[in-house]
Amino acid sequence: MADPMRIRAAHKDGVTEVRVLMSHPMETGQRKNAAGDTIPAHFITEVDATHNGKSVLKAQWSTAVSQNPFLSFKFKGGAKGDKLAVKWVDNKGDTRTDEAAIA
Amino acid sequence: ITEKQALAQANRAGFEAKSLADALKAVGGTPATSDQVTVVAPDIAENGAVVPVGATSNLANTTEIHLLVEKNINPLSASFFIPAGTEASVQTRLKMGQSTNVIAVVKADGKLYSATKETKVTLGGCGG
Amino acid sequence: MALDHADVLAATPGAGERLYDVPKFGNVSFLHFTDCHAQLKPIYFREPSVNLGLSEALGRPPHLVGEKLLKHFNIQPGTAQAHAFSYLNFEKAAKTYGKIGGFSHLATLVKQMKASRPHALLLDGGDTWQGSATSLWTNAQDMVDACKLLGVNIMTPHWEFTFGAKRVQEIVENDFKGKIDFLAQNVTTADFGDQVFAPYVIKEMNGVPVAIIGQAFPYTPIANPRYMVPDWTFGIQDENMQKMVDEARGKGAQVVVVLSHNGMDVDIKMASRVRGIDAVLGGHTHDGMPAPVIVKNPGGQTLVTNAGSNSKFLGVLDFDVRGGKVQDFRYKLMPVFSNLLPADKEMEALITKVRAPYEAKLNEKLAISEGALYRRGNFNGSWDQVICDALMEVKGADAAFSPGVRWGTSLLPGDTITYELMMDQMAVTYPATTLNEFTGAQVKEIMEDVADNIFNPDPYYQQGGDMVRVGGFQYTCAPTAPMGQRIQNLTLKGKPVEADKKYKVAGWASVQEGVQGEPIWDVVAGYLRNKKVVKQVKINQPKLVGVDGNPGIA
Ligand SMILES: [Mn+2]
Ligand SMILES: [Mn+2]
Repeated sequence: MADPMRIRAAHKDGVTEVRVLMSHPMETGQRKNAAGDTIPAHFITEVDATHNGKSVLKAQWSTAVSQNPFLSFKFKGGAKGDKLAVKWVDNKGDTRTDEAAIA
Repeated sequence: ITEKQALAQANRAGFEAKSLADALKAVGGTPATSDQVTVVAPDIAENGAVVPVGATSNLANTTEIHLLVEKNINPLSASFFIPAGTEASVQTRLKMGQSTNVIAVVKADGKLYSATKETKVTLGGCGG
Repeated sequence: MALDHADVLAATPGAGERLYDVPKFGNVSFLHFTDCHAQLKPIYFREPSVNLGLSEALGRPPHLVGEKLLKHFNIQPGTAQAHAFSYLNFEKAAKTYGKIGGFSHLATLVKQMKASRPHALLLDGGDTWQGSATSLWTNAQDMVDACKLLGVNIMTPHWEFTFGAKRVQEIVENDFKGKIDFLAQNVTTADFGDQVFAPYVIKEMNGVPVAIIGQAFPYTPIANPRYMVPDWTFGIQDENMQKMVDEARGKGAQVVVVLSHNGMDVDIKMASRVRGIDAVLGGHTHDGMPAPVIVKNPGGQTLVTNAGSNSKFLGVLDFDVRGGKVQDFRYKLMPVFSNLLPADKEMEALITKVRAPYEAKLNEKLAISEGALYRRGNFNGSWDQVICDALMEVKGADAAFSPGVRWGTSLLPGDTITYELMMDQMAVTYPATTLNEFTGAQVKEIMEDVADNIFNPDPYYQQGGDMVRVGGFQYTCAPTAPMGQRIQNLTLKGKPVEADKKYKVAGWASVQEGVQGEPIWDVVAGYLRNKKVVKQVKINQPKLVGVDGNPGIA
């Protein structure tokens, strides 16, 4: 199981800014290990962020997204204390969802 | 395989494209250059493995933002789908093997627009 | 050009009163030094004879050398000023006017300036902790203590980071606390982009609120090892700079000054893009500029200065601030001639104390140099050539690369190369030497990469050093050509370098982590002890094309 995401969601002047750091190797499938074997690709393919159950951003990613991916975006609305959830799915079918309260 | 999964797989075809032209085709065609689109990427990358890249669109009804790294083996790197109420501005961090153009393609009112920025990936090691 | 009788007189006692007579002006003052590179003692320093400006920077300060520089700034040839600002007649003039810089002499000048301007703030532009044996051996403590004694109020960093993030924070949080503001608007955490250091401070002078914003060297993790500062990110960040300027103005600042380590071309571009900065007091490119460049921008105008290196200069910027804004200014960059400024006793005592445990090692006589040894210039210097020659001989290499840094003191013909003077060229925290096998194609790629960092027409793509010093390989350089086409006719011992053939190339100061190898000082010290006398070196310079008539070349 992957480590939890670090999520910061802050509301200011009617807009909520969300910043997320995910914990994931984001292996490209191009690298080789010390023994010379190719390390299989292992990367997040889909991200879905929801505010009070309503989607506020969806993303599809390739292996080009850096290890321990960062994502930042803003949406209108949101209030201090509201739940902001982020879910990712990777190419092996693993998934993880974390929540943060809007500050 | 459900219809939804099939659709998701088809949508991912762009990530396999090996040229900028093919990647653009996969996201919907040739975009028009627009000064209403901004690519945020450093002039010189501090670390090619972690380059902050983002894009902003000032065009009304922007529904998609795609980030492409021209010189990567697979240029299409990330696609963002913007629901109503979310600002057309996203940031992430991407890998770049060498100096390259970074292209943001946005879909607004069903049409494609783009902007380009050059990021240099250097060996480094000198200074005053 | 020979020195005449009048010039020799100019070097006599009493000349200082004229050189350092800066009439009081206005109500807000800044004293500025930068890039002292840990030089506590007076030294010689030869200014460059090659400092090419291309595209927009062609013929624009700082890209003027020798007579062209003197003419541009209206400096009489054959004077103390001419010696301080140009390479002209270096060997003879250096003998006439004596050594420059040194913190004891700088301290005296600071005190003189403060006597007429007690409100003045002393700003240190960085590259302060690195560049000497003692700063390396004391883990920067000698410079930290000297700067506190000198009365530095504010500083911004670059090479400071090569002591590692932890050491930097330890100094900022302990030694500097409540004494020296360590500012950097463009250093943030690599995770969420939080500010690592304070971006600016607002101080009051004669009732006028003034803001000073710090700008650290934007390309630190590229030009120097990233592993030293793994959790921080840099960049020019001019959007955030604008935000800081606006924020400071919003808090009532009537004067906004940026203490910058961008390098002068980057500062000029930044000043054209960011509104509301009255002056950028700049460093990094080590340009001793007698007058500021005035940059027009949508907010009005911004003065851009650069204050040289090696504690050779002190800049004084006076502002007349009335009605809530800057009405007028005066600027003067004064050379610190150690013969004209008596040593400050307190500072001298500190320097003597910190050096005491190391004196024997510092004074070891390694060899005599028959010719002048210096480093500055876009392509190569005689000191760099000695380093390359040592690397090739000791490592058994076909060729050598030595980084094109702009620090490093100079020697006059016949001078003894002491261990200390050698360390001035190489006192870094990542000194390992390397011996690599590079193909001809890789050699060209490395050289092209560095050349683009210097000659890219857009200053934001430059890193502000000089071309990698090359021993063994000869080449033609076309600075105005696009990247990939600047390095031509690469040869080794008269034979063309082949793309697929492997060559043994020695080097040092790799920015990669985990590089093992004898430190550069052991390699060069061994070479020098063995030689005893270093004959006039033949400097391996590229043949230049496309820069005829450029006023940045002598
Ligand atoms: Mn410097
Ligand atoms: Mn510097």
